[in-house]
Amino acid sequence: MNIVIVVKLVPDLVEELTIDTSGIALDTAWLRLIINEFDDHAIEQGILLKERGGGSVTVVAPDIEGVDDVLFTAAAKGADRLIKIKGDFAGVNNHALARAFTVVVKELQPDLVLTGVQANNDLDGSVGPLLAGCLEMPYIGYISGVSLGEGKSRVHKEYPGGLIAEMDVTLPAVLGIQAAEQPPRYVAVSKVRQMMKTSTIEERTASGLDMAGGPTVSRMFQTEAGQRATMLTGSPDEVATKLVGIFKELGVL
Amino acid sequence: MTTNGAVEHSFYDQVLEATPNGERLRQCLQCGDCSGICPFGYLMIHPPSRMIAQLRADRFEKVLETDTVWMCVSCYACTAVCPIQIPLTPGLMARTKEELILAGNVPTELQSALENSQRYGNPLGESPRKRADWTTGILPEVKILGKVKQKVDVLWFVGDYPSYHPRVQLITKALTKVLNALGVDFGILGPEESSDGDSQRLAGERGLFEMLAEKNGMAFSKYQFNEIITTDPHAYNAIKNEYPGLDISYPIRHYTEFLADRLDQLKPLLKHEVKARVAFHDPCYLGRANGIFDQPRAILQAIPGLELVEMSHNHKNSLCCGGGGGGMWLDGFQWEKAHVRLSEWRVSEALAAGAEILAVACPYESPRFEDAAKTVQGAGQLKVSDIAELLVEAMGN
Repeated sequence: MNIVIVVKLVPDLVEELTIDTSGIALDTAWLRLIINEFDDHAIEQGILLKERGGGSVTVVAPDIEGVDDVLFTAAAKGADRLIKIKGDFAGVNNHALARAFTVVVKELQPDLVLTGVQANNDLDGSVGPLLAGCLEMPYIGYISGVSLGEGKSRVHKEYPGGLIAEMDVTLPAVLGIQAAEQPPRYVAVSKVRQMMKTSTIEERTASGLDMAGGPTVSRMFQTEAGQRATMLTGSPDEVATKLVGIFKELGVL
Repeated sequence: MTTNGAVEHSFYDQVLEATPNGERLRQCLQCGDCSGICPFGYLMIHPPSRMIAQLRADRFEKVLETDTVWMCVSCYACTAVCPIQIPLTPGLMARTKEELILAGNVPTELQSALENSQRYGNPLGESPRKRADWTTGILPEVKILGKVKQKVDVLWFVGDYPSYHPRVQLITKALTKVLNALGVDFGILGPEESSDGDSQRLAGERGLFEMLAEKNGMAFSKYQFNEIITTDPHAYNAIKNEYPGLDISYPIRHYTEFLADRLDQLKPLLKHEVKARVAFHDPCYLGRANGIFDQPRAILQAIPGLELVEMSHNHKNSLCCGGGGGGMWLDGFQWEKAHVRLSEWRVSEALAAGAEILAVACPYESPRFEDAAKTVQGAGQLKVSDIAELLVEAMGN
């Protein structure tokens, strides 16, 4: 089974996000990028499938600062091939990213493509369905369990309200992973460092990045308080005291 | 790990080589003192002496099949009690945890602390840029060496919890007041400081420890200072005993050592009585691991009105707060196994000793003991104060 996992890096929310002077984009000066959490689950699911049924796992990512660490960590977990796509990915949308992934994924001729179901910076849909569209493969998202059979895969798809559907999909297909069957594993720093010495990251080059189909950002701004909202300010103690006062006023306490 | 004898012996050799005096493992008499003194030994399927027996019998895979080694809080009790001083804590216990980590057998809570340490340089998952945020509003301004670019007498290695944890930040601010009152010329690394990595090392993540130590070593080498002081006994242990092995050598003292040397200067500042019976909790990595018992007590005794009492476990025989060796990040795991917390046991001892204040000198302790005091019956009035906070109280500001 030839499993390909496409991943992207997204803003790390541990750092505060600020908007640059253009007013339509994030200030990248202090921005740190981290692997999209759902993509990390996609990697874990791919490794689990390989451990259960054999095959090979290839991880593909755009060449953005921090991508080497992401790929070597995937290798330490058990990925066989690492590929980064060179190109100017700063500020590109998911349409362009999906088109860039398509060229590489087609070359790899996978039986199964996994990716995270969503990401915190998705403004124009998520990567999975866009990629499936370009590849002309079926797509199922919100997946929390995958088993592989002859030419097909049985998946668990999550629905709101705690419902789970069991579905069969003909391979090759693209799956948007909501959660791997177990939390992404920990790999020791020594193992990652070893991978940095012993494994190779292959490179491909994106021929142009076509953003067509995505939205145009006209204004980016911090959440603004609505007119009916009352913002409580002060120390935690002061806020708590004010809150108790409000509850009493409303007769809740 | 397989049952293959050769592999077993290579692991045995690795354990022997993992730490200075590791070869003493061969001399184990199987007296069992280590397993008896271990505060969680009764819950371990393979307490230390039994681990050694399995290792010798080529059956160490039996140990690696279990997860109770994660009950080890690296408190050094086993190492300190061993009649032939086998370095159990940094050797066998840490190496066994490392083997479990390499095999991917890591409790989830610990995993996130290790991942955070890797990515952000602190186990709390806080932004490294905010490491000096606690200094906001403090006057005179705390010198951040990357900003002031001048030589200081003392580099204060603040540590993770003292930098980020809201409760422990109060202690950090208290120590700032004490240092300023004494006119100490000090600076901090701020965003350039990373976790000392000692608890991560003792939780089995040797590679992570080395990565963090290298980062700190790089930061130290950029600035000029005469010595390092630290709030954290774990940082003290790492920088004093472990960093030199990585060619990072600087003189370091725990802040209680540093202040005990300045008692003559400190005493006239302590004008207000702290009328209370105070029990001092010896932190594992200050006391048992590094032999510093007298200096914290000397400082406490310099505070007017303060009456020092001892708990039943004291000095070398002190009882761990439960936070060491990864214990800080295994609360849920350990609770599931034990249904008791070491911090609660310790708080009960403080009550039994008639203490009104439990004095501490390690950043893991104030949040742990304060939480424990909420659950131990009759401990509602017990106050937990760091020595630095008691000094500020006695200074009257």
